[in-house]
Amino acid sequence: MPASYMPTSDDLLRFAPELILTIMATVLMVLDPFFAKRMPKLFGHLSIVSLVVAAFAAVSAGAVPGPAYSDLLVVDDFATFFRVLVIGIGILAVLSSYEYLDREKAETGEYHALLLFSIVGQCVMVSGNDLMMVFIGLEISSIASYVLAGYLRDDTRNNESALKYFLLGSFATGFLLYGIALIYGVTATTKLDGIAAALSRPGAPGTFAMVTVAAALMFVGLAFKVSGAPFQIWAPDVYQGAPAPVSAFMATAPKAAAFAIFLRIFLTAFPQISNAWQPLIWISALLSMTIGNFAALTQTNLKRMLAYSSIAHAGYLLVALAAKSEIGTAAAMFYLAAYALMNVGAFAVVIHIGGKSERHVQIDDLAGLARRQPGTAAMLSIFLLSLIGVPLTGGFFGKFYIFRAAIESNLIWLSVLGLLNSAVAAYYYLRLMVVMYFQEPGETTKNLEPLTPGLRAAMVLSAAGTFLLGILPGTVLSLAQRSTTFVK
Amino acid sequence: MNLLDFLIALPAIGFILALLVPRKQEKTAPFVALVVSLFTFVLSLGIAAGYKTGEKGLQFVSNGVWIQNPEIHWHVGIDGISIWLILLSTFLTPIAILLSWSAVKDRAREFYAFLLLLEFGLIGVFAAWDLFLFYVFWEVVLVPMYFLIGIWGHERRIYAAVKFFLYTMAGSVLMLAAIIFLYNRAGTFDYAVILDSLSSGKIVFSHLEETLLFLAFFFAFAIKVPLFPLHTWLPDAHVEAPTAGSVMLASVMLKMGTYGLMRFCVPLFPTASRENAPWIVTLAIIGIIYGALVTMVQPNMKKLVAYSSVSHLGFVVLGIFSFTQMGFDGAVYQMLNHGISTGALFLLVGFMYERRHSLAISDYGGVATVAPWLSSMFLVTTLASIGLPTLNNFIGEFLILQGAAQAKFTWTVFAALGVILSACYMLWMYQRVFFGETNEELKHHMPDLNPREWACVIPLVLMMVWMGVYTQTFLPNISESTAKILDQSRANVPLRVALPAAGTDGGRHAR
Repeated sequence: MPASYMPTSDDLLRFAPELILTIMATVLMVLDPFFAKRMPKLFGHLSIVSLVVAAFAAVSAGAVPGPAYSDLLVVDDFATFFRVLVIGIGILAVLSSYEYLDREKAETGEYHALLLFSIVGQCVMVSGNDLMMVFIGLEISSIASYVLAGYLRDDTRNNESALKYFLLGSFATGFLLYGIALIYGVTATTKLDGIAAALSRPGAPGTFAMVTVAAALMFVGLAFKVSGAPFQIWAPDVYQGAPAPVSAFMATAPKAAAFAIFLRIFLTAFPQISNAWQPLIWISALLSMTIGNFAALTQTNLKRMLAYSSIAHAGYLLVALAAKSEIGTAAAMFYLAAYALMNVGAFAVVIHIGGKSERHVQIDDLAGLARRQPGTAAMLSIFLLSLIGVPLTGGFFGKFYIFRAAIESNLIWLSVLGLLNSAVAAYYYLRLMVVMYFQEPGETTKNLEPLTPGLRAAMVLSAAGTFLLGILPGTVLSLAQRSTTFVK
Repeated sequence: MNLLDFLIALPAIGFILALLVPRKQEKTAPFVALVVSLFTFVLSLGIAAGYKTGEKGLQFVSNGVWIQNPEIHWHVGIDGISIWLILLSTFLTPIAILLSWSAVKDRAREFYAFLLLLEFGLIGVFAAWDLFLFYVFWEVVLVPMYFLIGIWGHERRIYAAVKFFLYTMAGSVLMLAAIIFLYNRAGTFDYAVILDSLSSGKIVFSHLEETLLFLAFFFAFAIKVPLFPLHTWLPDAHVEAPTAGSVMLASVMLKMGTYGLMRFCVPLFPTASRENAPWIVTLAIIGIIYGALVTMVQPNMKKLVAYSSVSHLGFVVLGIFSFTQMGFDGAVYQMLNHGISTGALFLLVGFMYERRHSLAISDYGGVATVAPWLSSMFLVTTLASIGLPTLNNFIGEFLILQGAAQAKFTWTVFAALGVILSACYMLWMYQRVFFGETNEELKHHMPDLNPREWACVIPLVLMMVWMGVYTQTFLPNISESTAKILDQSRANVPLRVALPAAGTDGGRHAR
């Protein structure tokens, strides 16, 4: 791109969601000194407005698909799907943050600015057509998340969480960058389609090994970001330590974006060497599901249990990637949408019962919730049933599509093991329902505050979405299926 | 929308209506549920009246696309087997609601809502004609039963509820894998289409594939039946469940397993079904005898009835895997019989528990002198359960034993032991509970049946007699459909043996 490059109007339109969110994030930081004390809720309201506008911008950008900024970015259905998804998760995260920030007396301006920046990064990631762009997006997203993880700076667990996330995250980014460098060395390009073209040419001997090593390094970096085993060690500590709304966000939006680039890079740039990377994904998928589910069985802390469950769900998603087919990609996209809804919903309930300084995030704190607040308990049950994968919820169809894709790609054993895993998972999700419904109210639920509008909205939206995906999955799936052919 | 769609939708609407009852007027929830379930029952009677014997194929078919891709159909219909099982579900749901009237006070609207959701799932399971739809209903049934046991059950309810859920879930995920595999071969979930392409040789499984697919389906169903040695969840679930839960569980939910074996395992995988029949029958016979022996030593009435179910359901499995017309007919008939008579036993035991707050046999004795009507109703049910001629179970057991004898006489010899043993444990229990000295406690706490309880018992007892003396109402429809299944289980056998292609793509599994 020459220095005198002037973006065309198409470029601007296709980049509009990122522009809107960046401008709003900057405005929020400017407004912070003036309104932080007087109107702490203002920042949340403004964020939601900008996110809604950005979602519309993303949809209208999706109507004119094509590359932007000299092919660095590409807006296709795939990018649009994920942009709308991460922006949607952003809205749910903001909704579930009101009560939390108010309770902890935390600064709201910077919080929302960081959240918006993180979403900008994810939007760039999912529409990146060039490994450098992907990397920049990943960094924008990650750095904002590192800060968010330690947002309550006087809280020691927040600090631990942020430090761990930062150190291990930078390490993983290093791997990714190293992989990119090797690829550049072999193919002299960082553009995804360019790499695929270079790899499909009959290459010099030795190229294959180099590319495989590069792909493996990138796999390590990305597996870290999606918390796939054996690079999942950080997730439980980070999700447990971070503020609950941030955990809800981190377990869904960055993960969705990371999966998007996982799919895009491996299926666009590396289809030639898929026989080399498929076993890696296979093993990682099985390990993630098994480690996640079995470790979650014995957890007593809600956030930590949800962290392990998110590792298991990363495993299911890796199964879809291992299928390396179009229906596998569509299945992963559908699953990410369903997973985002049920996971944010479940975290919203955790935020609600957590109370000041998150003192009540043990599983036993849910005791008798169904008696005190039947609505909240019913909604958590919906999310849990969806996480288990019971029909008529989004989680069921997500699993169904994934394992269908896997069986179609002849990954029979992986599917059988995965499905058995989901039966194991039923145990620890059911345990929460046992505590909520079958036990008498405990101290926490007796002194529970009524549900605030923000959290209620987040829960209701997530539950409605979970049912929509469970009863009429066709709507989202057809969208996902249209998006699986990448613009190359 | 035809009548059958409406029949499935009605309990679902009732579920929502019951949940919408305001907390303050919770007392109206049972009324809402009862009215809805009675409407459902009347509607199902209408469907039964409209069912034409002698007409080939499904009736009351409704087929529309539910989900575009992969194409999943709302394909429902009934044949001579499902019509009776649907009637059984709609018949027992109002009874289950009525019998809970005074027993369930806590969180009543959820209780009745879950009963209706259960009915919705059950009708759906028996009507579904699309494998995917079947799986959806199959799983939907789990949720209300889990809550019914877990919230309104007895002391160890949590353990029982979780065990029940996990056992069934573990079986059904394998079935899901098999369903997806079938879909990838056949390109459809539509059961009728899959059967057609099987019989016309469009899809051919290798021997290994067929065996594995059969086992995946079989285990899901065998856990539900439950077949020995997968039965251990059943006594726990039954004993801990509230009476209405036990009744629905024993009477209808166990039939989901035997229905699945008959509807799906046998026609889809005829060769594997026949090949595996010897060990399955062996397990069924072990279940009959072992179940009966364990029943005999139970000190707890509810557990006694629960274990007797293991024994009775063994007969049904024996009937199915005898691959004879009589065995099939008897199996279906026995599913209905067991639903009526074991349902009645659980119901009566529940009434006694409400009075005495104990299930231990030793806490009773001489009930016949203080509650003669209750005792006589219990006696009729006991006699039905042990297979006295002119009462329903006799017909079913006789047909099954006859069918088994046609297949292999030794099976009959061993299975018949179960009939003798059932007389031992039931009569012995009856003697200890109802005869002998009446203890002081009972004299004050054992009033006879009240009108509401009569209303629950009478229909069941009438059905026992009806099904015992006038089989013409039921058997023609059943035979017609079982004959078809028997035909399917034969028709495919020579075809598959003749096709040499069967072995060529067997290696695909290994990956």
